Parts: sequence; structure tokens; C-alpha cells
Amino acid sequence: MKKSRFPLLMTILVFGYAFLYGPILSLIIYSFNESRLVTVWGGWSTKWYGELLQNQAILDAAGLSLKIAALSATFAMILGTLAALALVRFKRFKGRNVLGVMVAAPLVMPEVILGLSLLLLFVAMDDLLGWPSGRGQTTIILAHMTFAMAYVAVVVRSRIAHLDQSLEEAAMDLGAKPIKVFFTITLPIIAPALMAGWLLAFTLSLDDLVVASFVSGPGATTLPMVVYSSVRLGVSPQINALATLIVVLVGIAVAVAGYVMYRQEKIRQTEMHPDSK
Amino acid sequence: MIQQTRKAIGRIIPPSIQKHNWGRTTLIGLPWFWLALFFLLPFLFVLKISLSEAALMQPPYLPFIRGIEDGLVTLVVNFSNYTLIFEDPLYVNALLNSMQIAAISTLLTLIIGYPMAYAIAKAPKHWRLPLLMLIILPFWTSFLIRVYAWIGILKNNGLFNNALMWLGITDQPIEILYTPVAVYIGIIYSYLPFVILPLYATLIRMDNSLLEAAADLGCKPWKQFLTITLPLSLPGIIAGSMLVFIPVMGEFVIPDLLGGPNSLMIGKLMWTEFFSNKDWPVASALAVTLLIILIIPFVLWQHYERRQEEKRS
Repeated sequence: MKKSRFPLLMTILVFGYAFLYGPILSLIIYSFNESRLVTVWGGWSTKWYGELLQNQAILDAAGLSLKIAALSATFAMILGTLAALALVRFKRFKGRNVLGVMVAAPLVMPEVILGLSLLLLFVAMDDLLGWPSGRGQTTIILAHMTFAMAYVAVVVRSRIAHLDQSLEEAAMDLGAKPIKVFFTITLPIIAPALMAGWLLAFTLSLDDLVVASFVSGPGATTLPMVVYSSVRLGVSPQINALATLIVVLVGIAVAVAGYVMYRQEKIRQTEMHPDSK
Repeated sequence: MIQQTRKAIGRIIPPSIQKHNWGRTTLIGLPWFWLALFFLLPFLFVLKISLSEAALMQPPYLPFIRGIEDGLVTLVVNFSNYTLIFEDPLYVNALLNSMQIAAISTLLTLIIGYPMAYAIAKAPKHWRLPLLMLIILPFWTSFLIRVYAWIGILKNNGLFNNALMWLGITDQPIEILYTPVAVYIGIIYSYLPFVILPLYATLIRMDNSLLEAAADLGCKPWKQFLTITLPLSLPGIIAGSMLVFIPVMGEFVIPDLLGGPNSLMIGKLMWTEFFSNKDWPVASALAVTLLIILIIPFVLWQHYERRQEEKRS
């Protein structure tokens, strides 16, 4: 890179990141605002956090959302990994293109269509099979699994595609059974990608308003639904406090996950190429 | 050549899967049938409901088969939901408006995202990963909350207007929230990472010797960019555009929270038909229409991606 262009590129990056992080920063700062009017500064205070922790509706919804997210992320991780393995390891089978499209489409499909179509499926299934009877937690988990597995498949797929297969081949040449090869060699190598996929599925589920609103029923109100109905009524300091908590927790989780992945990558590299270090 | 490839594939696939077909069948079959059941099949129900009549019942539409009389099955297919969509200006406008907003915001997101992706790709090597992580990080925090943050900024007495008035640029607040401008800001802000990531991926793979050769031959930097960098980054531009255009066409949260009554988009209209008017058939007909519009760019894009993949291998 020529030195003369460096300041221009730096400026672009500074403005770009300011655009991305400014709004989040403003939420965090104003969550500590004493005043109820969100845009008038009334001094530092943590009272909105206190009120948030006493808001039973938000706490219940958060509990339900965490439960749905953990379950759907786990199932999505398993199904998404299978889809990724099928697409990378088998170049030729009937319906491969269909699988490829079905894995790619949920990434771009508008949520209103996903939500409505899944709802109509659940209504028809309930009608014909009697399952899932009524709508609520189960239907939200099924819906979230379906679109999250596509994201998991994308993350895991690129990892498997770049995998060095000589290790698996060596193990098999030495007589290890394929199942054993998968669990002792393949799985540990792709584990960081599975973790990233699980985290992604988890946050997608935790964040989803539209699909959950369609497929949910009475009694199952998730956190985004509570946030949405309170946001529609205007800006609320409690939501700012909640947003800050989410940003901090996600930041910590991603930082820890990133660090673990980075360490694993480094260990793996030194193990495989001891001379290069 | 083919023989060799077959052998190579034979080594890659664990022998158990080759011997016992069930392993391979489960691996492929489970995700295949899951997606067929929960992703493809539901569209048939949307199509079916879009052709039925709304009614005050649970679920709120009349069944297709209206009973059997004299051994004859009466099938009632109702196209009125579609005629309504294409005759009522409300729906036509929402469709056209969604297309316009999606197209313009895709272009704007590209214009803002390209320089950022370029700057990251040209940054010193040890900076790149942290810079990319910082692009992805907001994507992990709640989308709803990030859109909500803009309400506090763009309001009449919000941060932006307060800053403008404090600087003396205006005496009166500029109305931004609940106008199309706010919708554009919200879309660009939310979808920027989807453009930067694929663009970065193509820019980082680019062979710098081409640029050096062009420079040696006296090609000016802006011409190098237009004739070499831009065409070579086309796959990233296409992927990024699709990742913005298709979902934005059906976007609900952004126009609902930031847009006013004038920025009616089809996703918001579907939501209203479904939740407020309880008109499932019209909501379904809107979904089918939107799907048909979106399938064209999606199929072209998938075709292009497959060709790129073949070219690489």
C-alpha cells in the first residue's frame, strides 16, 4: 500500500466505525441517565437497572427467550453440521442442489414470509396430526431451529471445506473406525466452528421478533415481543438499561469465544508446523 | 482424471458410509427432510390459504373443500385476494415503494460499505482480524435494539437535532424520524456488515501483481480501480447486494419503528393484514406475490454463485 493513501483509508475507517458504534454507545450512556426523558441529561444514576430487575414481565420473557434460544441453538447446531458435512463431503447425490438452495434461502428470506408460512404449516399439522397442539414454546423452537440451522451450516461448511484431510486419512490408514475418526479428529478440529455456529444461532433466536410473533400463541411472550411493545410506545429508559446489559453480555461472550478460537488455532498451528514457530 | 477424482472422493468419505448406506443416508437425509418439511412445504400452505376466503372463524379462512354433495366434491378457489392486491393502489404502492427503498438502500449500502471493506483489506495484516471482528460484533447484539437506538438519535428533540441546534446550524429541529430518510438510515446501519464481509472476502483474494503491472505501464490509480479492482470484486458486489436487497424487500421492524405512514412497505402491510385485520388470506397472497418477485434475483444469484464455485475448483 502506498503511504499517501493511508490517511484517507484511516478516515474512512474512523467514520465507518463511529457510524456502527455511535448508536450503541448512546444507548449505553443514556441508560445511566437520571431523567425519564431519554434525551435530557439529568445526571448519573443506576435506578433504571433497579426498575428493570423488578419488572416481572421482562424477567419472565427473558427467561423464556433464553430457554428457547439454548434449545433451538443446540438442535440447529446438530442439523446445520449435518447439512454442512453432506454438502462438503458428497459432491454428487440426488437432491444436492435442492439442499444447497434450502440451506442458502433462509439467510435472505424475509422474516414475514418465514413466519407466516411456518404458522400456516403448524396450523395444518395441528389440524391433521394433532401436533404441535396449540402454539407457543414448541412452535417457536421449531421455527428458530429451521432458520438458524442455515446459518450454522454456512459457518461450519467453510470450516470443513478448509479442513486438512490428511489427518483423517492417516487415522483411517492406521485402522481407526470412521465413527472414531469423526469424534477424535474431525470434531475437535471443527469444534470452534460449531461453537461459533451455536452462538450465532443462540443470538439469532434471542433477537427474533417477527418469526416468533407469527408462530407464538397466548402465554408465550418472548423478550423481543416485550421490547417491541414497549418501544412502540416511545423511548423508555428501562429498555436502554436492558440494551446495555445485552450488549455487555454479548460483548463478553464473543470476546471469550474469539479468544478461545484464537488460542486453539494457534495451538493447532504449532502442533502441525512446529518448525514455523 | 475422473478415475482419480473418484479415488480421491473414495478416500475422503469414511468407508463405513460407503459400505453401510445408512450413514450417508442419515447425514444427507436428516437435514434434507427437515428443511423440506419446515421450509419448502409451508409455501404450499401459503399458496393454498392465499386462494381461500377470509371468514370469522378459527383459523380465519374458509376451507377449500366445501363438503360433498351428491357425491360431488365442491372445490372453491378464490382469486379475489390477488385482484385486490393488484387493483387497490394501497397494495400496488406498497409493492413499488418496497422495491424502490430496497434498490436505493442497496446502492447506498454498497457505496458506504465498499470503501470500508477496501480500507480493511488494505490495512496492515495484524489489524485485519480485529477490524473484521468489530464489523461483525454489532450483528451479534440485538437488531431490534440497534434500530431502537436510532429513535433516540433522530427524534425532534433527539441527539442529532440537539447537536445541530447547539452548533447553530439550525434553530428548529429537522424532522427525520418517521420519514423515509430515517428508514434509509436504519437499513444502511443494519445491513452494512452484510455488504462489507463478502466485499472484503473478494478484495483480500485479489492478486496485487495486476495492479503493479498496470501502475508500471503508467495507469492512473483511479483507472486502475475502475478497470481492475472493481470488475474483480464483482462477486462480492453481487453477493452483498443480494444479502441486502432480498431481505430488505420484506423488512418489517425498520419501517415500522422508524418510518412514517408514507413509507409503507410490503412487510409492514403483511404484518398489519395478519395481526390487525386478521385477514390471513390477503396476508398470504401478499407473501406469494413478494416471493414471486424475490425468486428471480435469488435464482440468478444462486446460478452465478454455482458458476463461481465451479470456476474456482
